[in-house]
Amino acid sequence: MKWKLLAANYRSNRLLYWMVFPVVVFVIIFSYLPMLGLTISFQDYSLVKGIFGSKWVGFANFADFFNSLYFLRTFRNTILLSLLNLLFCFPAPIILALMLNEVKSVRYKRLVQTVSYMPHFISMIVVAGLIIEFTNSSGVISTLVTALGGKATSYISLPQYFRSIFIVSDIWQNIGFNSIIYLAALSGINEELYEAARIDGAGRFRQMLSVTLPGLLPTIVIMLILSVGSIMNLNFEKVLLLYSPSNYETSDVIMTYVYRIGIIKQKIGYSTAVGLFNSVVSLLLVLGANKLSKTYTETSMF
Amino acid sequence: MKIKETAGRKVFLTVNAILLGLVGFACLAPMLHVLSCSISDPSTLARVQGFHLWPIAPFTFEGYETVLGYSNILIGYANTLFYVAFGVLLNLTLTTVAAYVLAQKRFMPANKIMLFMAFTMLFNGGLIPNYLLIVKMGLIDNRLAILLPSAFNVFNLVIMRTSFREIPDALEESARLDGANDLQILWHIIIPVSKATLAVITLFVAVGLWNSWFTASIYLTDRSKWPLQLFLREILINNSQRSLDTGVKASALAQQTLVKYCVIIVATLPILCIYPFLQKYFVKGIMIGSIKG
Repeated sequence: MKWKLLAANYRSNRLLYWMVFPVVVFVIIFSYLPMLGLTISFQDYSLVKGIFGSKWVGFANFADFFNSLYFLRTFRNTILLSLLNLLFCFPAPIILALMLNEVKSVRYKRLVQTVSYMPHFISMIVVAGLIIEFTNSSGVISTLVTALGGKATSYISLPQYFRSIFIVSDIWQNIGFNSIIYLAALSGINEELYEAARIDGAGRFRQMLSVTLPGLLPTIVIMLILSVGSIMNLNFEKVLLLYSPSNYETSDVIMTYVYRIGIIKQKIGYSTAVGLFNSVVSLLLVLGANKLSKTYTETSMF
Repeated sequence: MKIKETAGRKVFLTVNAILLGLVGFACLAPMLHVLSCSISDPSTLARVQGFHLWPIAPFTFEGYETVLGYSNILIGYANTLFYVAFGVLLNLTLTTVAAYVLAQKRFMPANKIMLFMAFTMLFNGGLIPNYLLIVKMGLIDNRLAILLPSAFNVFNLVIMRTSFREIPDALEESARLDGANDLQILWHIIIPVSKATLAVITLFVAVGLWNSWFTASIYLTDRSKWPLQLFLREILINNSQRSLDTGVKASALAQQTLVKYCVIIVATLPILCIYPFLQKYFVKGIMIGSIKG
């Protein structure tokens, strides 16, 4: 009997059980209780009546969201920002790692690495502050643009520039730090494989295609699955710091909408429903990406 | 074996080195600009726009003197230090204890509990239910609202558990034969040989807490409990001078711009001074986490 085995296991390892107990309780309270709280997305929730007293409304909150003007805008912006992120921010550190890998001087390589990690450690508030400072009407970008004959303006508040600014600053902040994992994978590639390729007459470029890239592939795939999984959870704190009603058209994403409607306007049931929609899509994406990769590359996370 | 470099290869290497230099420069430049501006002459700075990689003479430290005189900045600094210190302590305690138990082969439910915890990485309640939990627990305007929700991170658990599993069993067994219990083994054997992993996790947790602002912004209305980042947000993002006004007379606009730069440096410098020393451990921490994740 399984319970008997467990009881016996407990009797001989009491201390282990008591050590892990508080952590399990902690996870139940701070991770699983909020999951139960998701039921309020099916309620016309009122803070006073609570979860057991509020009226059940079925899928009405979801229907409200899908029928609102906000659905199309926030969903489109979330997906677009994330896809741009995948397109530009994802390959950037791979390219940087490949470039660093060619550097012979250990000291130069170390220097570039150290410096490129730096932006990762700067707080989002400061990064957003820098972005605002550089893109405002008297900032560096405006100075540059006026020198080229354009006009000085606050570029971040214009909807047509929001995405570019968001993506470029993201590359800046993470390119170095995200290259670490690829550099580690590169250093793990067996030197003999290169030797064999050289003997077979492969040039530098051929070696990269036939040895380096296959060696990097498992890492790239894992990172890609993780990125796909976070499509719906893009850095909304950064959006929150940079967006304003003037650029909502391109900047407002689902999570910032949830924040505004839930925390500021206190429409709890409705905003929970919108948030749940976001989490479910996110879960489906990561499961899908994992399955695809399992089928085609034999690399998967679980 | 020394391979003679071809001319094409040499060109490639040079171009590569130059491009990397540019990348490095681009990463450094914005902070260099802030640093230069923070000690530049404020009135000239207001007139000369653009990028400053070198401070404008006459150099001045009055911005820093002013910043260190603001009570809000000092309150924020003290609060942030509090959150970082206790947050790191909580995180490390919960994570090492859980990782130790879950790495034990003789602990029967280890895999089940691991699954139970790992699931929270894939799916969670999300913003609003978490917010409600804190409201219902009566933790609004309580420092615990900042410390508790971030006190345990499953990702760090995975990293630490993997690293504990790599420690040879013999080390533990000999201690057990000498009569040591699990807590003693964890403290005297496991932790001392896992310093590298602990260092990376400490750094990542500390940086995360130092830079965190969102939870504080929704849970704390009491300014005396605000972390530094929230005062920074007021100064840098909301462009309000409220954080700066208390205790000092309204200064000239140029002066205030100078102060902005100084605040950024004061709030960022501690972290920028620490990470290069732990850099060599990054690879280990990140690798373990992503491969077994």
